[in-house]
Amino acid sequence: METTRRRWSFKITPIRLVFMAIAVLAILIILIRFILGLGAITNLNDQWPWGLWIAFDVLLGVALAGGGYGTVLIVYILRRDKYYPVARSAMLTSLLGYVIVVLGLLIEVGQWFNFWRPFVSWGYDSALFEVFWCISMYTLVQVIEFCEIATEKVFRGFHKYLKKAMPVLLVLGIAIPTLHQSTLGELFYMMVGKLDILWWSVLLPPFFLLSSFFVGPGMIVLETSLSGKAFHHQVEVPVLRGLVRISASVMILYLLLKIADMAVKGTFAKAFALDFTSIMFLAELVFGVLIPIFIAFSSAANTRKGLILFGMLDVGGVILNRFNVVFTGLGGYLNQYGGHYFPAWTEFAVSAGLVSIACLLYLFITENFSIIDHRGAEPVKGVMTEHGKYAFFK
Amino acid sequence: MTKGVLVDIPKCLGCESCSVACKLWNDLSWDPEQKVKTAKDRAKEPNKGLWPNDWTSINFYGLEKEGSPAWRFVKTQCLHCEEPACVSACFSKALQKLPEGPVIYDQNLCVGCRYCMLACPFNIPKFQWKKVIPGIRKCQMCPTRISNGEAPACTSVCPTGALTFGEREELLAEAKKRIKENGYIDRIFGEKEAGGTGWLYISDVPFEQMDFRTDVTTKPLPSYTEEYMKVTPIVGVSWAAILAGLYVYFNKGKEPLE
Repeated sequence: METTRRRWSFKITPIRLVFMAIAVLAILIILIRFILGLGAITNLNDQWPWGLWIAFDVLLGVALAGGGYGTVLIVYILRRDKYYPVARSAMLTSLLGYVIVVLGLLIEVGQWFNFWRPFVSWGYDSALFEVFWCISMYTLVQVIEFCEIATEKVFRGFHKYLKKAMPVLLVLGIAIPTLHQSTLGELFYMMVGKLDILWWSVLLPPFFLLSSFFVGPGMIVLETSLSGKAFHHQVEVPVLRGLVRISASVMILYLLLKIADMAVKGTFAKAFALDFTSIMFLAELVFGVLIPIFIAFSSAANTRKGLILFGMLDVGGVILNRFNVVFTGLGGYLNQYGGHYFPAWTEFAVSAGLVSIACLLYLFITENFSIIDHRGAEPVKGVMTEHGKYAFFK
Repeated sequence: MTKGVLVDIPKCLGCESCSVACKLWNDLSWDPEQKVKTAKDRAKEPNKGLWPNDWTSINFYGLEKEGSPAWRFVKTQCLHCEEPACVSACFSKALQKLPEGPVIYDQNLCVGCRYCMLACPFNIPKFQWKKVIPGIRKCQMCPTRISNGEAPACTSVCPTGALTFGEREELLAEAKKRIKENGYIDRIFGEKEAGGTGWLYISDVPFEQMDFRTDVTTKPLPSYTEEYMKVTPIVGVSWAAILAGLYVYFNKGKEPLE
């Protein structure tokens, strides 16, 4: 048993204690939500049926987890092996992001015990139907992908089978998120005349898809810098710079599409009217897209500081975009007869709690599995002991 | 043929028999907070007087017509679209359109995602925020009455003839006749709005002044996402095939990763 004990570790540091405290608070609030209902702990109302949890936990969670499928595409499909060092941590962040999304959704829907209904009662005309199926399937795919890593350490007998399945999982793990990242945008296309014309567009799906792709490298830069500090293992600058430049190239495409979209809709005047909506719209494009493009292709991308600034602007821009779609974009219509919504502190606490849980899981997993300094070392052969028990239990 | 109701706004005196009939027939309780509100108060509410237990509301608008005061009462409830956005938005088929016209809701199938509330062009579905196990609430257009050939409860009690139940096509013809005879505004609200609704409104004062959503699209809402949803499976499968091809191509002759 002594060996088993040494195999697992979880250092307790002050920041981890803070995460734990927030997580505990959130779990308590979630319990209250299940006992008293949504109305007791949220400020949601009939004018604002969707609020912080949809914008933050779901729309943003899915987008920020986009680094996973993007990295899989670049590393495993296109075999840009240079970026291999970040692959596992990007995929882990993605998996944990989806865990947040799924948990967040379960708390957010009114009849959570009915979550499985769309599996059997097919509302196939609904964009949400596709989102539901894809997110469920993709989370499952990611869990199996992670099992491939986990079986390097525990239940090693299954590792070779999972390894064989990886090519299929990797392909599915790109195809599925491509669909639901774009369909999340399509959700808002039906809100014609409700969603502000600055955001409402036939191109909502490509906008959501492209932004989920270009936010990936931003997340990877931030996440590897943070975990690099925690585990004293920094990813080399050229690797991150390469990713950042891929991201910025997609940003250029995104920006061009945005401009074309404005031209078609004739919204230039509205975009530059410099009222509240116009400023929010421009802020999203200037700080979240334009400036990051310049950083990525300037010498600033050769420094860690420049890369981190890119990451912050990139991630901040996508946060602002998703919040703009839900709050700024819908606000004008939903508040027209005096509606009002500002999240309750309990809503913020639950969102913060879910993020804390994800951070704790990330720290635990990176500490105990081969994620960050993974260089392709195979686990020790001879997975089963003579007694038919897994090596882990030996 | 779908059934509908024609609402002749100038004929309504605001007696609210319809609201009472709705409460009785659908066994909806009074919320003490909402009970004290008048038709004038409700017109100023952001939800236009529709709460989970109030499926219809009479709202008062003190307007002016040709220089003299004109009091108008607007009955609100689900408009029962010909091609409802809520039905196509519902990912578990909890909302469905009956061939006779009513758009009905089954809480057993509902997950409680509230996408219907945001998809509805008229903000009709309401959510039971105060309940532990909440569902969507809205006018069901008394489907059992309609299948028996009867008018919805509200319509059956209207003493002034402001509400007329019938075949939608016949109601449209009747509406056009009344517009001509009474010199109403030349517009049937619901004829084309959101692709056409089961409930139709005619009025002698502009609809905008009574908070009607006059700028709503005339395309059926489901048609906005229909094409997208149709091509999605094809795009998904083709994209997966392309990815598989790329995987084989780029991994040829290379050591597999890890």
